[in-house]
Amino acid sequence: MDLNYTKEEQAFREEVRSFVSENLPKDISDKVLHHKRLVKDDWVRWQKILYKKGWVAPNWPKEYGGCAWSPIQQHIFDEECGYLGAPRVMPFGLVMVAPVIQNFGSKWQKEYYLPRILSSEDWWAQGYSEPGSGSDLASVKTKAQFVKSAQGDHYIVDGQKTWTTLGQYANMIFCLVRTDTTVKKQEGISFLLIDMTSPGVTVRPIITLDEEHEVNEVFFDNVKVPAENMVGEAGKGWTYAKFLLGHERTGIARVGESKRELEQLKAIATKQLRNGKPLMEDPRFRDRVTDVEVELMALEITLLRVLSSRTKPGPEASILKIKGTDIQQALTELTMEAVGPYALPFRPEARAGDWKGEPVGPAYAGSAAAVYFNYRKTSIYGGSNEIQRNIISQMVLGL
Amino acid sequence: MDFVISDEQQQLRDSLQKYITKEYGFEARKAIIASKQGFSDKVWAQFAEMGILGVAFDEAHGGFGGTSVDTMLVMNELGRGIVVEPYFSTVVLGGSLIDLAGSEAQKQAVLSEVAQGKLLLAAALGEPNSRYELNCVETTAKRDGAGYVLDGHKAVVLHGESADKLVVSARTAGGARDAKGISLFLVDKKSAGVAVQGYRTIDGMRAAEIKFAKVKVGADAVLGEVDAALPVLERASDFAVTALCAEAVGAMEALNAATFEYLKTRQQFGRPIGSFQALQHRAVDMMIHCEQSRSLALLASIKVQSEDPNERKRTVSAAKIHIGRSGRVIGEEAIQLHGGMGVSNELAAGHYAKRLAMINATLGDVEHHAERFASAA
Repeated sequence: MDLNYTKEEQAFREEVRSFVSENLPKDISDKVLHHKRLVKDDWVRWQKILYKKGWVAPNWPKEYGGCAWSPIQQHIFDEECGYLGAPRVMPFGLVMVAPVIQNFGSKWQKEYYLPRILSSEDWWAQGYSEPGSGSDLASVKTKAQFVKSAQGDHYIVDGQKTWTTLGQYANMIFCLVRTDTTVKKQEGISFLLIDMTSPGVTVRPIITLDEEHEVNEVFFDNVKVPAENMVGEAGKGWTYAKFLLGHERTGIARVGESKRELEQLKAIATKQLRNGKPLMEDPRFRDRVTDVEVELMALEITLLRVLSSRTKPGPEASILKIKGTDIQQALTELTMEAVGPYALPFRPEARAGDWKGEPVGPAYAGSAAAVYFNYRKTSIYGGSNEIQRNIISQMVLGL
Repeated sequence: MDFVISDEQQQLRDSLQKYITKEYGFEARKAIIASKQGFSDKVWAQFAEMGILGVAFDEAHGGFGGTSVDTMLVMNELGRGIVVEPYFSTVVLGGSLIDLAGSEAQKQAVLSEVAQGKLLLAAALGEPNSRYELNCVETTAKRDGAGYVLDGHKAVVLHGESADKLVVSARTAGGARDAKGISLFLVDKKSAGVAVQGYRTIDGMRAAEIKFAKVKVGADAVLGEVDAALPVLERASDFAVTALCAEAVGAMEALNAATFEYLKTRQQFGRPIGSFQALQHRAVDMMIHCEQSRSLALLASIKVQSEDPNERKRTVSAAKIHIGRSGRVIGEEAIQLHGGMGVSNELAAGHYAKRLAMINATLGDVEHHAERFASAA
């Protein structure tokens, strides 16, 4: 047993660190580090830089243009990128739909979509949640009716998806749709790739507590989708969806980002005063920071344990989701508390990257409360933390 | 990054686990606790035979030249069985103090005897006013010819009554809380002027108040450098804390397993109580507490050897903080989920909870280590 990184792993970390430091545009990392608003171009620019370097798809096999990195290397890469303030690579195409296409897609789907995902030509959205199916995903109602036609077999899609993250930027969406209403609910689901520029697709913003536009409702009204856009077999969508979720769990720990936020919190709490002394030296506040830091140290090792195990991450990876989001939320909470009454001023215009105004209070205080409220999402999305507990309870503890 | 233990380590763990499962059941343990000396010579002899008493010592000193990881594997198993034998006091804390501070001759004389199961040690470090501060030493050792005379009161010395020799911290210079001026002595418990008041501890072990009144020791009783024992005390204490963390993780594993089993078998309202989501989610949180504690215990078992004292202190204290909190949560939740049975002394669950709570009160509780963690940043 040796819990130190190997020489090769350390060298890899150095390589990643120097590449990201040298190539991550400063205007983008400034936005990330100061919690400014990111726009489509910020993500696309960064992803194209990684694409050029050959690092945009660490999780993909080599044959499709991936890096074929070990899980530990992927973790090092994620950690460095997160720590240095790179925007998170948009997971919907690269991390979520791509492995599904690679494993279950047709030859045409692989040849057409994978290169476009790799080069960020397409921006994908995730069409899972519906107004009536959040945690109970298998209850999807959006209907896809098969139509045989001389002009080309196709599906007619009707229904609504919701909580579609950055759907306003997307031109493609992968959807769970119901193709058969006569069988058990899990068996009637199919996995469909839909062009969002098709007639009948409408995107409507949902404004979140920080008054930002991050999520959307997507409406499908008599939308025609070519049959070749069905992934794998009709009725197998639930299997593919579960396969996809397995790919999502380990990245969700967000160790690098949390380390960065912890450092920022300490820096803020060192500048803020309580009773004339740095807040960070106040034992009450300091102990709360310590608790989060200790959990984060533990989480990093828990993550590495999961990544190092010779088997694929199983249901115990749900721990990473629960603990990772607990920590992220605790950090936003402490940061908001650290700035004291300057948590109150709310000026969304100041979150624009090019805003030149005079901040109210310290610059770091401006977004603290907004981020705190934004991060309430983390324990809800990606399978709520209660659902994660159900998974562990049933699949690991056997209760 | 490698979490896999070696074949030898696997073997060591398996044989110890097998022995404890077979010979150290709840009833056997109860009888041992009720015995006069509070632990079993037979078990101790068996430990010597299995080689675990010398696992961490150099081969030159009669040991097996193992690493800190070997000690942690042993402690993990002892925790699973809530074993009350004086392994921690003799081998881990007493043994590492001698290993770190002792001369070659002292090591050869003492450690080989310990490894063979012929000699028991106890570390007399704490005092009535010291809480967990190793630098807080009011016991004095004054020069007396070539030797020293010891006077003072050592508090809650684990297995102090059964020990043959005591490792005693005493002040040879400076004020009661000074970092400098502390020295270590190896004192025969039978020395004239040593008064031992032994008692039971709530977790089934033994401890003692030990008073020293004009106890004369020779110059050869000094362990290590005079006036400069604090860094050694801190290192040995960090090693011992890491061992306690490994023990605690073993206790958490066993207690969680017992609790989850109870949830599956106990029927209420015509169904197992484990089918209720309110209890399922609490069980999951117990499991997460254990896994996070395990991660830090593993990290500490490696970093306790770090050359950088700040890294060592931070990691070890982080582990102890986590284990202190998680041990409390798991202990309390296990009792609650066992319902009325949880408060019965006839069930193992409560005994695990007792041990976990007392581990928090040994060599620094959550608050103590939180302060240390922050100051080692």
